[in-house]
This record gives sequence, C-alpha cells and structure tokens, in this order.
Amino acid sequence: MIVETQTVRFESISLDSGATLQPVDCAYQTYGTLNDGRTNGILITHAFSGDSHAAGISQEDGKAGWWDNMIGPGKAFDTDKYFVICSNVLGGCRGTTGPSSLNPATGEPYAMTFPVVTIQDMVRLQKMLIDHLGIQRLLCVAGGSMGGMQALAWAVMYPDAVAAVMPIAATSRHSAQQIAFNEVGRQSIMSDPDWLNGNYYGKTKPKRGLAVARMVGHITYMSDDSMKHKFGRRLREKNQFDFDFSAEFEVESYLRYRGSQFVDRFDANSYLYITKAMDYFDVAAGHPSLGAAFEKTKARFLVISFTSDWLYPTYQSLEVVSALRGRNRDVAYCELRSTYGHDAFLVEVEEQTDIVRGFLASTFRQVSA
Amino acid sequence: MSVKRPFVRGVLGRRDFEIISGLIPEGARVLDLGCGDGELLAWLMQHKNVDARGVEMSPELVQAAIARGASVYQGNLESSLSDYPDHAFDYVILSQTLQQVRSPKQVLREMLRVGQHAVVAFPNFGHYSVRLAHLFSGRAPQNQLFPFDWFDSPNIRVLTVEDFELLCAREQWAIERRIFLSQNQELAFLPNLRAEVAVFQITRR
Repeated sequence: MIVETQTVRFESISLDSGATLQPVDCAYQTYGTLNDGRTNGILITHAFSGDSHAAGISQEDGKAGWWDNMIGPGKAFDTDKYFVICSNVLGGCRGTTGPSSLNPATGEPYAMTFPVVTIQDMVRLQKMLIDHLGIQRLLCVAGGSMGGMQALAWAVMYPDAVAAVMPIAATSRHSAQQIAFNEVGRQSIMSDPDWLNGNYYGKTKPKRGLAVARMVGHITYMSDDSMKHKFGRRLREKNQFDFDFSAEFEVESYLRYRGSQFVDRFDANSYLYITKAMDYFDVAAGHPSLGAAFEKTKARFLVISFTSDWLYPTYQSLEVVSALRGRNRDVAYCELRSTYGHDAFLVEVEEQTDIVRGFLASTFRQVSA
Repeated sequence: MSVKRPFVRGVLGRRDFEIISGLIPEGARVLDLGCGDGELLAWLMQHKNVDARGVEMSPELVQAAIARGASVYQGNLESSLSDYPDHAFDYVILSQTLQQVRSPKQVLREMLRVGQHAVVAFPNFGHYSVRLAHLFSGRAPQNQLFPFDWFDSPNIRVLTVEDFELLCAREQWAIERRIFLSQNQELAFLPNLRAEVAVFQITRR
C-alpha cells in the first residue's frame, strides 16, 4: 500500500487561547474507501511525535507508517472494511501548521509567536478535516498516548460526530510526574544556546537540547524490564571500560542514536508547543467532576492500558473508566500484559488486534442497524 | 469439563443459555457479572439484541469477550458494582459465581440496586449426592457438582436452594421465577434435595 500525504487549507481556526490562526493547513493521509453511507470512517489520532503517515509505505520516503502493523488490509483497523484517516496535529511539524510554518503576515516562520494550542484545538482542526471529507459521524476515533487524549476530547466535544472512541495508554489529564518529564524536555531545548528564543530557523538548530529531550522521552516510553532485556549492562563492541565518557553502555549509545535521529525529523518549537498542549489537557476542566464531563458523550468507549506502562499508568485509564461507568456509559476496558512500557501500544499488535477488531465490528453493526 | 466453571458447560450444556435467554426480553440492558469469555453475552446480543455489558477479572477472558463485541470491564465484580448508578440495567446476571464471592449478600443487594431484576444461578449444595458424599466419606463433599478439594475450591460459600429462599425472605426480595435443573431437565418436586443447579430471578419488593 503506497500512500501519499495530502494537505487541505482552511481559512482560519479559532483557538482556546482566544487567538485565531489564518490560514491553517492540515496534512493527512487516508487508507481504504469511504462507503456510500459514509459510516465507516475511522480517525486515527497520533501520539506526541507521530505524524499523518500512520500506515502503508510512504511515497515520499519509502518508510512504513508508525502504526502500519495495526492499519491495513485484514489488520486490526481493516482498510478493506473501513476508511481510515490520520492527520498531523495542529502545532506539529509534519505538514500541518505549526511554529515552523511561515506566518503570512510577516513572511517569517511563526517561531514563538505561534499561538499556544490545546488538545481541543487539535481536535477542532480534525473536525474541520472530517467535515471537509464529507463525514458527518465517524465510526471511531482511536489513538494511543496523546492520541488517546484526542479521542477522549472528541467524545466530549462532538458527541454526535463519533460512534466510538478508543483511548489507549492515555489519561484524562497529565499528572505532576508527566508534566515534570515534559518540563525537563522543554528546559533542555530552551537552554540550548542554539535555540535563540525559538528563532533558529535558517540557522543552526538546537540539536543538542532536542536530542536530550528525546532521550528523556525514550526512557519514559520503555520499562525497567524492557531496558533490561534490550540492553542490560552490555557494553558496546568491547568487554572493558575505557574509563572515559564515550557511549560505552549499549543503552547510552541507543539513546544518543535515537536523540540524534529525532532532530532530523522534528522541530524543537513543535516539541515545546505540543508538550504544553498535553500538560494543559484536562477533560474535567470546567466541570464539577470527570463524570460530569462525560455526561453528554454518546460514544462507546474501548479503554486499554498496559501493565508495565509507568508513564501513563493503569490507574489513569481506570479513572476514565470509573467515571464512564458512573454515568452508565458503554465502556469496555482491559489492561493488557506487556513488558514494553508505554511503547506497548505501538508494539503489542497481537494483543490489541482481536479486541480492536471485535469492538469495531460490533460498533459498525450498531451503526448500520 | 472446564475446571474453573464446571457447572455451566459440564452439567448443563447450553441449557443455561436457553433458560437465561427465556428470562430476558428483547433489547434489554444486561450486565453479566463474571461473564468469562463473553459467550452468554455474545449469544444474547445475537439472539436478543441486548445491550451487553460485563465484568470479568481475568485479562485473557476480558480480551476474548471484547473481541466478541461485548462491552466488558476488567475488574473485581464485588468492588466494581458500586461505580454503576441506580437502575442502570434491566437484568443483572450472576451465573455460577455467587458461591465464589466474598460478600454474597452485599453483591445481591448491589445487583438489585443497579438492576431492575437479578438472575442468579448457583449449584445446589443441598443436592442428595452432596449430602451422601459428606455422610459416607466424612470429608468435605466432592462429586461431579463440586469437584474441588477443600483447599483449592473456588466455592467459598456453600448454599442450598433452601438457604437462598430464606435469604430472599429475610431481605424482602420477591422471587419472580425459580427454575431447578437436574440432569439437564427441569424439575419441581423436592428441589432442595434433587436440583443440581438453581436459577432464580428476583427483584426488590
């Protein structure tokens, strides 16, 4: 399945902060075919560093999508049955308008003049895309991590436009620990002398700061167990210490590699904006309780967490599920066993496939009835 | 014979589905406590078009149930009931699990709080084979109905048809239906002595 990224431009979008962006571009990919009744649309919402290339082989660079093992013909999100859409989030750097985009008013990149965006703003842009594609009601919005937060926001913001949502390894709001890790990432970027208050475009990028931020991120995505299995205390291509500070341990070299790789594909200012959006996110904000926030939802929910995920621990999924059950919402929940930590939602394909497939099929039957 | 839930499949075959299905009207809102792999819920969805919810502890069974399309929650049925609002369901089913819960009376009360009707199926400890097994061996009774050793039995509450009816009377629960089964056949005469499995539908007075 060779896929290509498309972009749609909208005149403007009004943001939670009160600011307005005009115009705004939204980069997206689609897989499968929309049926005549337009009832088989599924929106996949990506995690923090993801993009619209969720599945298939990219025409641009030949790489497989970030959830290609879950989306495609015969897979969990079966593109023989469903029309699957994935778009890059607002504030991102992979085709959708973000801080690295040109501000038409100045002809320069927005940089830090880009307005602060929220998860709800990202969802607003996704809703504009769905309207643009002629879909009144999505069969499902599904995503892991930050994608799961967007799925929850969809259920609350557009109860009539989504039949089911699937928040995986997600939360209704960031804990102090999650905000803390994000803040370390942001401070790492902002303390890089090349960051220049965000005005590094056309100059040297704040590579070191962004790479360190990504290293911290990767640690939080794994588990003690998965790191033990993947690296242990193994040394890289040697048996003895050199008594210096080169990347001697496998784990050091892995983190350095992933950090350096990341700076080529991700914008440091987008890192700041998107992590901030995650930290601001709180489904219950403006409501007396989380349950009250779910009062108007009409969707079915499939909530999934993973045993070894300490970044988005099971208790956060259970808070969501408990609030939903308190309102007698239609919710399925399971905690899957995995040693992969937060990364499990990307890795545990077999574990997730049957439940995703069954949940979608029964939702589709309900929608079609 | 499944080791974990010997009665349903082993003794009844599919009779419990027929019986429970006979009690539950088309399109009802159903909560199945200890729903296992969701077989009953899937059956009710298919044949009775019910709104099917379930609670199950084992992650593997929950996965299987969700794969069947039922909205099943992974958790402890005793502690999870308190989340639901009053009258959330038309029928709350507890099949072959009452004898395994720590606080049966509390669970039954909660079932009648969140549901209009409770359907409870349990193996009858008053069955003559159990009485005989105990009388002749002088040990904790073991037979086809209760195949476990006392030290690894999931059945921590032993109750008879008579015991259940007494509890209903004490709690002022109305018994709407009672169905007694032996050798896969319904029976009416001397149920406390002859029924292997009892199915009660109760409601609050």
